[in-house]
Amino acid sequence: MIDRVELLHGRYFDSVRLMQVTRDVTAVAGVDASLVAMATDLNLRLLDEMGFDRSAVTAAGPDDLIIAIRATGASEADAARAAAERGLVGPSASTAGGLSAPPPPHTVVAAGQASAANLALISVPGANAYVEAMEALRAGLHVMVFSDNVGIEHEVQLKREAAARGLLVMGPDCGTAIVNGVGLGFANAVDLGPVGICGASGTGIQQLCCLLDAAGVGVRHALGTGSRDLSAEVGGSSTLRALAALDADPAVEVIVVVSKPPDPDVGLQVERAVAACKTPVVVALLGEADVTLETAATEVLTVLGVPAVETPVWSPDAPLTPRDGALRGFFSGGTLRDEARVIASAGLGPVAVDPTAEGHRMVDYGADEFTMGRAHPMIDQSLRLDALSSAVTDSATGAVLLDVVLGYGAHPDPVAELAPVVMGASPPVVVSLCGTRRDPQGRERQAEALRAAGAEVYLSNAAAAHRAAALIREAAQ
Amino acid sequence: MTGLMTLLDTEPVVATAGVELLAEALEAQGVHVQRADWRPPPAATVEALNTLVTNDVSGANRQAVERMLSVRPHLVDIVTARDVIPALAEGTFLHAGPPIEWDDCSGPLRGALIGAMLYEGRADDAEQAATEGRLLSLSPCHHQGAVGPMAGVVSPSMPVAVIEDAAGSGLAYATLNEGLGKVLRYGAFDDEVVDRLRWMDRVLAPTLQAAIRRRGAIDLQVLIAQALQMGDDGHNRNRAATSLFLRQIGAALLEGRTGIEDRAAVFRFIDGNDHFMLNLVMAAGKLAVDAAAGIPGSSLVTTMARNGTEFGIRLSGTGDAWFTAPAPIVDGLFLGAYTAADANPDIGDSAITETVGLGGFAMAASPAIVGFVGGTAAGAVRRTLEMYEITVTEHPFYRVPILEGRGTPTGIDATLVARTGVVPQINTGIAGREPGVGMVGAGLVQAPLRCFVDAVNALADGER
Repeated sequence: MIDRVELLHGRYFDSVRLMQVTRDVTAVAGVDASLVAMATDLNLRLLDEMGFDRSAVTAAGPDDLIIAIRATGASEADAARAAAERGLVGPSASTAGGLSAPPPPHTVVAAGQASAANLALISVPGANAYVEAMEALRAGLHVMVFSDNVGIEHEVQLKREAAARGLLVMGPDCGTAIVNGVGLGFANAVDLGPVGICGASGTGIQQLCCLLDAAGVGVRHALGTGSRDLSAEVGGSSTLRALAALDADPAVEVIVVVSKPPDPDVGLQVERAVAACKTPVVVALLGEADVTLETAATEVLTVLGVPAVETPVWSPDAPLTPRDGALRGFFSGGTLRDEARVIASAGLGPVAVDPTAEGHRMVDYGADEFTMGRAHPMIDQSLRLDALSSAVTDSATGAVLLDVVLGYGAHPDPVAELAPVVMGASPPVVVSLCGTRRDPQGRERQAEALRAAGAEVYLSNAAAAHRAAALIREAAQ
Repeated sequence: MTGLMTLLDTEPVVATAGVELLAEALEAQGVHVQRADWRPPPAATVEALNTLVTNDVSGANRQAVERMLSVRPHLVDIVTARDVIPALAEGTFLHAGPPIEWDDCSGPLRGALIGAMLYEGRADDAEQAATEGRLLSLSPCHHQGAVGPMAGVVSPSMPVAVIEDAAGSGLAYATLNEGLGKVLRYGAFDDEVVDRLRWMDRVLAPTLQAAIRRRGAIDLQVLIAQALQMGDDGHNRNRAATSLFLRQIGAALLEGRTGIEDRAAVFRFIDGNDHFMLNLVMAAGKLAVDAAAGIPGSSLVTTMARNGTEFGIRLSGTGDAWFTAPAPIVDGLFLGAYTAADANPDIGDSAITETVGLGGFAMAASPAIVGFVGGTAAGAVRRTLEMYEITVTEHPFYRVPILEGRGTPTGIDATLVARTGVVPQINTGIAGREPGVGMVGAGLVQAPLRCFVDAVNALADGER
């Protein structure tokens, strides 16, 4: 073991830099101990305590640099001395980075401030969504709460805050919105057009957009209000505000309100607000077999004076063959399921929603019970695919009805996973394909793949439901 | 309804928190998206955060931080501790951090208490002091208008600096800094330590007292603001502030009537201790946080302090309650042959500096000590930038040159800490684990999240 103690006069370095250099020198192989430090009283004492010979640095003062090295041999000491010089001369550590990269914001408010945003899109778990949404409103942002499982008392508070600040809350549980043609959440790619939609239902808005798109009509805004907005507790707060905003926008020529039937008192308020609008309003309260998204779209076209068109159907080369059994529906959209169920049960009798029911059934795999801890079936189809796979080999299945929802936010190529299952199906398969011409998945490609696999594909969800029910009835006759 | 047109009239610019796919879908449409790196807060805070957000703590926090910033700390005198702190007159010793019993004291705190007992003549030797230590009456500095670095021990005969609020009526006290190495505050208690304390009482205190009284009060806030322009952070680097202090006091020292040897020794002592100003910066901070205390409903952090065993915080809106967690180990650089194994858990009231927008929060102002934060100036800037997200405001006087003169992030909101998981970054010294060893290094420590979780829950409980 050899000790080297060196004194360099008049070389001042900051103590922190020197602690780093000491660390680097001590890390050199064969170095037992080292001290690279200014010769202050404190450091001279440290030198003593470490057992170095102090005689070499008798004349030292606080402006002088000590380099003390204890190593197993001369070459190790040389290496250590070189390491000390590198540390003193070179940069103190990796200087990668630069000053320009700010740390990422951690809250939606901070993100909003960093970007001068006007809208916050919140899709954190429901238990955490209220805090982010309320703070976003207080920071002056409009808010879309994609998250579900937000307490209704919190929804009321958010909407009260928004009203006081002249802001809009879309949601909670708002899956779809369009603002100035920009899709938020699950939204189809639409042309910028004269229609303004205000709706409590995500897939209801999507289906309407797709039917209008088929007629060449674009959508300017679709403001989602959340599934509970028209309940007595919430009082239609977002619906009334969205309605007024759409009415005030000169670019909107017709307004559509899509909802399940509201609370009666709230319904009256909405009716009054609709009556007060200067812009024509089409109201579609879903729940009866004769009010569908297709009838709503037709009414809109009438108001605009646009001729209705046949909604697209993609038929397989071999016509579907009816067979005995129950109707089995596999949906990712709640409103699409509800609409299909109303239509089918009008002709077939009761249609259950429980996935284990014996007779006719239609299951919404986007419901809370199926999305706890996993992504929505529009993104992750695995659960629905499993159920579908067993249904198409089940002799009790008379016909299969399923929806495929395209658009922003949805699975990039849903049919790639569905077509193989459809291909091997024994019962006839009817598909409700919710998509526009410009959707990123390529609607025609998706439709063609389903058609080639033997499915009959409808753009209109109502038409698909009618067709599936007809297949069951035909087999029974 | 005109407000809504700010949504429908303009191209949306969207801030997102949550599902990444939804942000990507917006970008695919050419929309400008700013993502939050959102992470779920601890489950134990969800209910409390809902309550506090409903009640809106921002008004109370603004009020608290305004009080914090309204204080004008002036150094006005040097006096004997027992003459101004009533508890000391009754024989109590003060210590850093949250309340603690002798049996729970870590090595450095116990060492400092032993040293103080020797200094006070309460024991003849260290052995006797160690035996009789548990008979001592102890109180946190923070309960007595004082703050102390590291062990933070204040005993009745020690001289203390008096910091007065020139804009109000508050007072705060701090001992005079002994220097580095084997010193009482790091738990050293041998003869040299006690002799130095006696010299400080006999020579340093009266000489400084005379100089300050001759010169008049020193505005510490102006001095600290200048020091930040000169590379100090106010916690781990006080070289510039100490130099400025010597300039401020220099002429009055020269004019003193005590012997020239004493006055020269005082000058040399301060010049030889880059941390001389630390205690005064801390006391200035104490004045500020005491002014901010007691605002109902406020989640503003008014205390962060460690006793070597526990890390504790207090909020403006939760009275005198401490919220504690085990003191963490400091991640740092070590002197000589010392290693992390020699380090005591975090200790000292000096995190008062971070509580008022200095120290780790002013890291960007202090390129000279970037070694503590990964070694790059960019890292230092990043540390400071991160702190803006958990603070209520930007300091009107403490400004950071490299951030174009932006004020330092000031006034920690405990709800923001709980929501983001971003915890206060504290620059600090490292005491040796064993009593008597002294300083072994310096580095960076993160305040334990648990303190903030508990504090936020207590604040919410008080509001239900």
